[in-house]
Amino acid sequence: MKSVNLIVAGLREPAVGRLISIPDHQPPRLNQLYLRRGRMPETGGLEVVVGESFANAHGFQPGATVDAILNGRLRTLRIVGIVLSPEYIVEMNAADMLPDFKRFGVFWMPVTEMEAAFDMDGACNDLSLTLMHGAMEADVIRQVDNLLADWGGIGSFGRVDQMSHRFITDEISQLRAMGLVTPIIFMSVAAFLLNIVMTRLIDMQREQIATLKAFGYHNSEVASHYLGFVAIIVAVGVLVGTGLGIRMGHGLTQMYTRFFHFPIFQFDMDWVTAVLTTLISAVAAIAGTIGSLWSASRLPPAEAMRPKFPGEYRPSFIEKFGLQRWLPQTWRMILRQIRRRPLKTSFSIFGIAMAAGVMVLGHYAADALDFIVDFQFRHVQRQDLWINLAEPSATDAILDFHHMKGVVTVEPFRALPVRVHSGPRSRRLSILGMAPDRKIFRVIAQSGDEPPLRNDGLVLSARLAELLQVKVGEYVTVDVLEGKRPTVQVRVVGTVDDLSGTNAFALQPFVNQLAEEGPLVSGAWMSVDSKHLDELYAELKATPRVVGVTANAASIQSFLDTVGENQLRMQGFVIGFAIVIAAGVVYNTALISLSERDRELATMRVLGFTKAEISAVLLGELAILTLVAVPVGLLMGYGMAWLSSRSIHTDVFRIPLVIYPSTYARAAIVVLIAAVISGAIVRRRLDRLDLFAVLKGQD
Amino acid sequence: MNSSAIAAGPVFSARDITRVYRMGEVSVHALRGVTMDLYRGEFVVLLGPSGSGKSTLLNILGGLDVPTTGSVHFLDQNLTQSTDRELTQFRRDHVGFVFQFYNLIPSLTARENVALVTEIANNPMDPAEALALVGLEARVDHFPAQMSGGEQQRVAIARAVAKRPDVLLCDEPTGALDAKTGIVVLEVIERINRELGTTTAVITHNAMIAEMADRVISLSDGRVSEIRRNERKRPASEIVW
Repeated sequence: MKSVNLIVAGLREPAVGRLISIPDHQPPRLNQLYLRRGRMPETGGLEVVVGESFANAHGFQPGATVDAILNGRLRTLRIVGIVLSPEYIVEMNAADMLPDFKRFGVFWMPVTEMEAAFDMDGACNDLSLTLMHGAMEADVIRQVDNLLADWGGIGSFGRVDQMSHRFITDEISQLRAMGLVTPIIFMSVAAFLLNIVMTRLIDMQREQIATLKAFGYHNSEVASHYLGFVAIIVAVGVLVGTGLGIRMGHGLTQMYTRFFHFPIFQFDMDWVTAVLTTLISAVAAIAGTIGSLWSASRLPPAEAMRPKFPGEYRPSFIEKFGLQRWLPQTWRMILRQIRRRPLKTSFSIFGIAMAAGVMVLGHYAADALDFIVDFQFRHVQRQDLWINLAEPSATDAILDFHHMKGVVTVEPFRALPVRVHSGPRSRRLSILGMAPDRKIFRVIAQSGDEPPLRNDGLVLSARLAELLQVKVGEYVTVDVLEGKRPTVQVRVVGTVDDLSGTNAFALQPFVNQLAEEGPLVSGAWMSVDSKHLDELYAELKATPRVVGVTANAASIQSFLDTVGENQLRMQGFVIGFAIVIAAGVVYNTALISLSERDRELATMRVLGFTKAEISAVLLGELAILTLVAVPVGLLMGYGMAWLSSRSIHTDVFRIPLVIYPSTYARAAIVVLIAAVISGAIVRRRLDRLDLFAVLKGQD
Repeated sequence: MNSSAIAAGPVFSARDITRVYRMGEVSVHALRGVTMDLYRGEFVVLLGPSGSGKSTLLNILGGLDVPTTGSVHFLDQNLTQSTDRELTQFRRDHVGFVFQFYNLIPSLTARENVALVTEIANNPMDPAEALALVGLEARVDHFPAQMSGGEQQRVAIARAVAKRPDVLLCDEPTGALDAKTGIVVLEVIERINRELGTTTAVITHNAMIAEMADRVISLSDGRVSEIRRNERKRPASEIVW
């Protein structure tokens, strides 16, 4: 396996290619490739197959060529096939924070061809192996490391630390968390709406129920009529919902297929979920039905045919403070109505709040991502270019960079591959040895504090300290996996709650001292003048020592492009859902109120109140509920975001609990708009209120 | 009512009004050409069996409905050509309604039910004064659910008269009450008419009630079948049914 600089037509910055050898004329036995298009490479003629992400990013088809610097010489690789690899489900460099399909590509080449290209006959530097059934992974890792120590092995790791594996398992665990939380929210809202609808329906049909009973229908017969109705609603809902669910399932699958590359990725219908959904919906609807039926059936038919007796009201709590003097009668009506039905009121508030909460939760992912990108790339890694050298070199190598046109600042670093132990816990990572005065790449906490790096110990990522269960002041064992490979005890002198990876930092001389080496560096971070980028890229492409150039701006952009699209879609979905919840709850609450109060509203119209004035009575209630619900919902959103940030803490990423004010504002605005639109629809119904029917009605 | 009121011209004048409702595919002729006047200060009973069109007529007079053909004037205002907004303003300024089922706002106390109207009226009474007028000074802070049907109807009357309307329209005001309570309510209406001089129209199918009116307009099948003047108005307290 070799990293090489690629020169891709149309891409001004150099791309990094990873060349991996495969057996000549036969498929590899592990990490088999799946051929999407074209054919496998043959020896002679520098034929390669390329990973699909990179190929798609550049529109490569079999037959295309790409230039690469192999062993210091510019060569042309001929792409003969496009493949998928289980090792690179996400084609990204393990050291990078974000995938960048445009600037990182994986290539597979017949082994003899590769040996020839790098003058490495019979050599290898990367090994995958499977374990026998019952073998202890930790034992094997230790033995393999011992075996390879003399050959410069930089440590082996288990499948859990394999990048693609980790990416996928993280994604699955996120999906699992979402798969639990989201349906609970959706189902409780749906159940709530169904309950409301049935309650309202039966309340409005008390006369018909009374008529049926007057004709001699038993309560059970009336009940079965309504339960039949419920059955139809639930059946239609489940059918439509399942259909939509299958469609969205396909959509989500497609979205995943575009990001992760799998040979086959298909949507599987989970019928158990459908049945469960049906049951929950049915139970919710039946609960609403039975409750109202019960109260309707307790009335003797004659009484049910009369208008409802005026409900019992009491002054609302606000009035107890003597504030009623300031309240017009219409406001008293609103407040007392709210107070009279505490359960309905709190359900409505909860429902509307849920809509706001879902919005906040939905946008939280975007906010957190934005924060991470901002934090990581504008505060921590502020380099324009990250240069990796082919091997640790004397500091002089870096001095040359200063003279390149366009370079403003250069900060060298030493990245030393190590394995850190504490008791039975261990982690592979690179200790970053940095200059005492850091302008480009900084070690900072989320709070903005910069813990000082030292020459007598390591500053660890808080997450790493947690994983190793070490505290500041304690010692860890460090196996250096390069050069003389010493094992040393090192004190932990600080922690930093950074966002990405599990890292260890120290001053560069300390890292050199750990490795028992001279003042060597592994690469440099640079800030450059963008006017001269093209010349600089050209010069770097032609520098053999440089094996990797990563441009920050480019990788951020590419990442945001990929993730942005998915996120836009998810956000659209979340907003849609929040609107459905908010509108559903507001509209139904309004309709219930309307059916309960049509008489008094019609009376007010007759008494000379205008349409606008009676609307204010009904919509005022909704306005109060909505205004109370919105802050509650924003809090709930915060709570849900907190839960979800806890549930997706992985090694690769920490998702900070960051919610921007704009997210709260957006959630509030969307819910308010949904409420206003529902209110407007109800208002139209109010305008058509049939005064005589309502006033005479029961005549 | 005296002759000077007649000389001053009618408060309401309806000319040849018809009202046709379309109920699905059936046309219902609720009014088939009614011509009538209401004079200032008089007490009129609109008498008729159910379905005779009396409620429709009252609704049209009260600005709740408009006739299909014909014209209705309230003083100078042509109600037939008024917009919905103008009709609302008309009800607000000039009409007091009393309904068969009281139609109080259940969430408001007696005083507040009255205040609901006085808040939007130009020259209203104090709500307490209006309630005293119907003999409910002791019940001002009671909610509808805490009052009997008769008391609720009296609150409704207080609510109707508190704005000092030009006309009081009562649709079967005793329809949901027993005879004894009904008499109490009629006495209140009679007193309002007498003491405040409010033009009063009461709908009923109860011929006994007609005896307390200045004039009785009988309706049947959507037409005025008879207009008669009671030579002797009988006080409500003497009425029995």
